[in-house]
Amino acid sequence: MSTIFGSSIGRKLLMSLSGLFLVVFLIIHLSINLLLLVPDGGQMFNVAANFMALPLIKYGLQPVLFAGFIVHIIYAAILTAQNNKARGSAKYASGNNTKDVMWASKNMFVLGLTVSAFLVVHLIDYWVPLQITHAAESITIDGVEMHNTYALVNAAFAESWRVILYVIGALGLTIHLTHGFWSAFQTLGLSNNIWRSRWTVAGIAFAWIVGLGFAAIAILQFAFYQ
Amino acid sequence: MENNISLTLKVWRQNGPKEKGRFETYKLEKVSTDSSFLEMMDILNEQLINDGNEPVAFDHDCREGICGMCSLYINGRPHGPDDDVTTCQLHMRKFKDGETITIEPWRSAGFPVIKDLIVNRNAFDTIIAAGGYTSVSTGGVPDANAIPIPKVDADEAMDAASCIGCGACVATCKNGSAMLFVSAKVSHLALLPQGKVEAARRAKNMVAKMDELGFGNCTNTGACEVECPKGVSISNIARLNREFLKAKLQD
Amino acid sequence: MKLDSKIPQGEMAKKWSNYKANQKLVNPANKRKLDIIVVGTGLAGASAAASFGEMGFNVKNFTIQDSPRRAHSIAAQGGINAAKNYPNDGDSVHRLFYDTVKGGDYRAREANVHRLAEVSNDIIDQCVAQGVPFAREYGGLLDNRSFGGAQVSRTFYAKGQTGQQLLIGAYQALMRQVNAGTVDLYTRTEIVDIVMVDGKARGVIARDLVTGEFQRHFGHAVVLATGGYGNTFFLSTNAMGSNGSAAIKAYQKGAAFANPCFAQIHPTCIPVHGEFQSKLTLMSESLRNDGRIWVPKKKEDAEAIRTGKLKPTQIAEEDRDYYLERRYPAFGNLVPRDVASRAAKERCDAGFGVGATGLAVYLDFKSAIERLGEDAIRARYGNLFQMYEKIVDDNPYETPMMIYPAIHYTMGGIWVDYELQTTVPGLFAAGEANFSDHGANRLGASALMQGLADGYFVLPYTIQNYLADDISTPRMTGDEKEFVDAENEAKAKFEKLLAIKGNRSVDSIHKELGLVMWDFVGMARNKEGLEQAIEKIAAIKKEFYSNVRIPGSGEGMNVELEKASRLADFIEIGDLMARDALHREESCGGHFREEYQTEEGEAQRQDDKFTYAGCWEYQGEDKAPVMHKEELTFEVVKVAQRNYK
Repeated sequence: MSTIFGSSIGRKLLMSLSGLFLVVFLIIHLSINLLLLVPDGGQMFNVAANFMALPLIKYGLQPVLFAGFIVHIIYAAILTAQNNKARGSAKYASGNNTKDVMWASKNMFVLGLTVSAFLVVHLIDYWVPLQITHAAESITIDGVEMHNTYALVNAAFAESWRVILYVIGALGLTIHLTHGFWSAFQTLGLSNNIWRSRWTVAGIAFAWIVGLGFAAIAILQFAFYQ
Repeated sequence: MENNISLTLKVWRQNGPKEKGRFETYKLEKVSTDSSFLEMMDILNEQLINDGNEPVAFDHDCREGICGMCSLYINGRPHGPDDDVTTCQLHMRKFKDGETITIEPWRSAGFPVIKDLIVNRNAFDTIIAAGGYTSVSTGGVPDANAIPIPKVDADEAMDAASCIGCGACVATCKNGSAMLFVSAKVSHLALLPQGKVEAARRAKNMVAKMDELGFGNCTNTGACEVECPKGVSISNIARLNREFLKAKLQD
Repeated sequence: MKLDSKIPQGEMAKKWSNYKANQKLVNPANKRKLDIIVVGTGLAGASAAASFGEMGFNVKNFTIQDSPRRAHSIAAQGGINAAKNYPNDGDSVHRLFYDTVKGGDYRAREANVHRLAEVSNDIIDQCVAQGVPFAREYGGLLDNRSFGGAQVSRTFYAKGQTGQQLLIGAYQALMRQVNAGTVDLYTRTEIVDIVMVDGKARGVIARDLVTGEFQRHFGHAVVLATGGYGNTFFLSTNAMGSNGSAAIKAYQKGAAFANPCFAQIHPTCIPVHGEFQSKLTLMSESLRNDGRIWVPKKKEDAEAIRTGKLKPTQIAEEDRDYYLERRYPAFGNLVPRDVASRAAKERCDAGFGVGATGLAVYLDFKSAIERLGEDAIRARYGNLFQMYEKIVDDNPYETPMMIYPAIHYTMGGIWVDYELQTTVPGLFAAGEANFSDHGANRLGASALMQGLADGYFVLPYTIQNYLADDISTPRMTGDEKEFVDAENEAKAKFEKLLAIKGNRSVDSIHKELGLVMWDFVGMARNKEGLEQAIEKIAAIKKEFYSNVRIPGSGEGMNVELEKASRLADFIEIGDLMARDALHREESCGGHFREEYQTEEGEAQRQDDKFTYAGCWEYQGEDKAPVMHKEELTFEVVKVAQRNYK
């Protein structure tokens, strides 16, 4: 066990496991966000968002989530640096014309950077006012006082530039996932000639559901919920 | 069917491992489209020698696609613009009259250039030496039919074992990773009862050697499989991951 | 020169057991003190080096390629024979032995062939234990096929890549020993001379092909496993680097060169397409199991095909001449290689050849596809058909393949006794490099068997019998006078080549030699032509030494210099082949003298005069070699005219 993470496959294992963990997070995140589309003035969404602010989640699970992001990002950087070194300093003058290779698979780091940049904006938009400065306004639902998260989101998506930014972020995430999803299973060794196409199809479907889901919420909020 | 074409060749020339290389441009007239790519290189070399120049050094041997020696990176692809072939099986009918062809050596930190288009691929032998075998000595083995092997397993092992060790996988990989090569050997032997005995040790030792020699990390782009002249599948990489992780978890 | 074959006493089936029971052995502590040099990493070389290493000897193993796995054994497609009799169809060690002697046209040494048949089964066991993925049946047991006209199914195979898989098995065993430190591997290193000390082979002079530096290596014994010399013909199915230089160095140091004229012409190769052709590609003999060979019956049809006015598919069934089926009804398309090759040449010479050059015949799968379906044919030969299509740009499922014979394998080689020792003490030869067990003609799927038999199961025993007397011989440093002299001599040869600075490329001279060989020392030979060939080869030699152009210097990698040094040796071999062919006034196996044929045009042996191995002794630069005879006696096999009708 000691040296597993010192090996190339071990490092990839960390990418795979942290990636799959983040995939689970995305599923939860999207599920909650879909409540934004329930036409109840944001009541259900606020309750769900408040649930996420419970101490157990805030102090118990959030650090794990952050750790997941950090491991994924740091190892991406390490692997990319090692891979550049392995590629060597001399580059091909005639480029690379290998066909049938998914574009995303060759640009995961760049796509990851796009998603990370978006993540920073996203944290400033919501996480900071909701969990750090508590600058977001309050609302009382069923006798419980909580942040009016819905109002915060609704106000944010009233601005078209932010909607565009979020759609771009969602698209970056989608492309990242089209390769990342099946690749995670390949790295875990849970693939063969049959399962490879299954994971690929599942991964592409998942990526677009997640991406279009987030994008649609932003657009619909902008168009119909103001 | 036969046709003659004229070509402009941009060829990487490098006098020695430590020397600086450069591209030289050569014109070649009347090359039969029925010739193989390496025969075209022979014509170029004949022309260079007759003009009093040094011919281009390139690796080649069997010229029938099995020894794995030939290793040219042609117009952006290892083994050139055809599928499921080695450079020696590539024919000039794949090129157009007047075309410019760029010919480079395999590029990767693991494969340093020796001269012109020849690279050093000893790293592959070193990886095999680290564990790519069954530890049986000559003699004293059981009868060949003592252990039945399911046909599907034998066939799959054969597919993995068809790797010719040319290095196209490393050459095309954006990460300079040797995972397809290593996984082909680990798979070949892990699929057979004879190799299963030391499967865990083999996977660990070969991966450790591959890492030590400076090959990159696999990011599952699948480019290796596309360029592999023998169509070795990246399903073998999944199997290697499985074997390796299983082995490590048992430690 | 004394030729002592050292055949053990006793009845044929017990000779090898008797030998092993009575030979001298080297104890484990002494093995560590002994060094063995193995030149070559093909089936014979790699298996020998690996086995020696496992036994505890110190081994130095040399290859000219970048890796042992590149050796040309890798290109063998069809399979490997063994007398396992798994299919229960009547095979036995005796039958394999008998078939091999008969197939070799009764010019092989019985005792050696019997031993080969005996160890054939061990080879299969060994390879399976190494993880060689032989083809299997659904029940999980090994599959066998019939090959090259054998009456039993005794051929084991791994798709169409049997040689590759066997070589990789041996290569892996070798790399295991490299890892264990018992074998030192020297890649991209060529042997340029053999060092003799007190009349024994004690080492080699090697040249590093990357740096151009010369090296001196000591060994208590030296094993040459350097393959055949088919590339004397320039065009052959051999790899571009395959050469006969080590064999010639051995010959020049006193090793007899036996039966050089026995070269096998393989009937199913892709025909030559033009003057820049660099090599010929073999299509596995297994294709003849389902393909039917024919040429047009009418000369005008053949001519129309040659000019492109007619397509083969347009020739009606009754206008096709399935000449092998016509001439040899019993064996049909499955006659041995030499017979099939000559029949193709006969048709083409008579004006019935097809293809642009008229030097091709058809190999047609139409009736097999009709009988079995395209899928069945694809499953059997898919990879070969694809290979053909990549080269020729024709689809063999629709239009018949074109094939023509090409030089493939050399049965002749360095003479060895029963122990595989040459006439030079301490110098051994294995695999295709020795004059081997195939007599005048090799049967399909026998070369892989012989290479591995020599390396895994013969040399590990017999070399001990020699080394047992050497346990107190100390290692030499390489600074002894003999080593220094040999190195200087080798260096001088390379400098001489570089100094010529003529006008012709190595290849252009090699092609000239190849043409002479093909025209006069090829498929059909006669006295007049062979005498001409000897003169022409002498002229080529003169041209080579006065007009070859080698750009660059001896420092660093210089591919042209490598090629030139090999061509110098091919010229010697060509001369030797022609002399041997001239002296052997009979037709047998791969050697066909037009003067000696039956009324039906079949090969006619002269058993009363030529039942021997012709062994040539070197007499010095530009002196005619002297021939010695190893008489062959047949105790078990009944010598008869081969009949495939």
